[in-house]
Amino acid sequence: MEEAGRAAAVGAFMDRLPYARALAMAVEALGGGEATIAMPWNAALVGDPATGVIHGGAVSALMDTAGGAAAMTMPGTLGTATLDLRIDYMRPAAPGATIRARATCYHVTRHVAFVRAVASDGDDAHPVATAAGAFTIERAP
Amino acid sequence: MSGPAATAAAAAAGDGRDRALAALVGGVPFIAFLGIRFDRRGDELTALLPFAERLIGNPSLPALHGGVTAAFLEVTAIVELAWAQIRDEIEAGGPGPAAAGGRPPRLSRTIDFTVDYLRPGLPREAYARARVNRSGRRYASVHVEAWQDSRARLFAQATGHFLVPARDG
Repeated sequence: MEEAGRAAAVGAFMDRLPYARALAMAVEALGGGEATIAMPWNAALVGDPATGVIHGGAVSALMDTAGGAAAMTMPGTLGTATLDLRIDYMRPAAPGATIRARATCYHVTRHVAFVRAVASDGDDAHPVATAAGAFTIERAP
Repeated sequence: MSGPAATAAAAAAGDGRDRALAALVGGVPFIAFLGIRFDRRGDELTALLPFAERLIGNPSLPALHGGVTAAFLEVTAIVELAWAQIRDEIEAGGPGPAAAGGRPPRLSRTIDFTVDYLRPGLPREAYARARVNRSGRRYASVHVEAWQDSRARLFAQATGHFLVPARDG
């Protein structure tokens, strides 16, 4: 019950982030230190006009948002900020395909969430990108 | 060459460089989506990101979205790599790709990119400069720094590795 309430509150918060809205991100699953967020293909996000492939910077935003959302689901977390984020670009995302990132907090301390994320364009066996990052955990003093 | 001739040649080179840069930056939809511009002084590029409401991540601070900061740094790195190629061609005495009516160089592909978030990005204009630390035939390593009020107070920095396309590819 409490878990469901937290997930709903975090989901509502994520839906209000202006840049996440500008990229039409949609929260698909949230809770237990995990978050799944989808981002539809959009011609405005193309990074290489020769191929129609989405810019890595848009994938970064998706990974960062999913990582932050995963950190926010941890009990007692009032806020979070990204400390660092490394993204490995495995292959270009298929033009036209929705990209979906799933982030997992694989270790959480009092002040830091260590997060991994995987982004897929539908072929889950061959990710588009993976990410690893550290996010702050802000708690009530 | 000296006097007016040298000045004219320098001006022509400058025009060629500006045309080449405009063609490079203008061809990428995502750069326009973010509103990033490039300021050229001599051979040095500075990227500018004017503030816009849609770039906000957390509206209660408010601060730039971490994804905006990452994208700004990555765009700056990729444009610097392509720019270095254009600059070398023009300085080697060529007319430059845009002046010759050719296509701008193909863009490098990001292999990996690591961003350190040092401070919140404030709701105002941001700047970035990239330094190509190593550029071989196939791979390049680039460091980028971003700041707002003061160059000495970076709000983010990043290092990335890139796959550099063959020039005639």
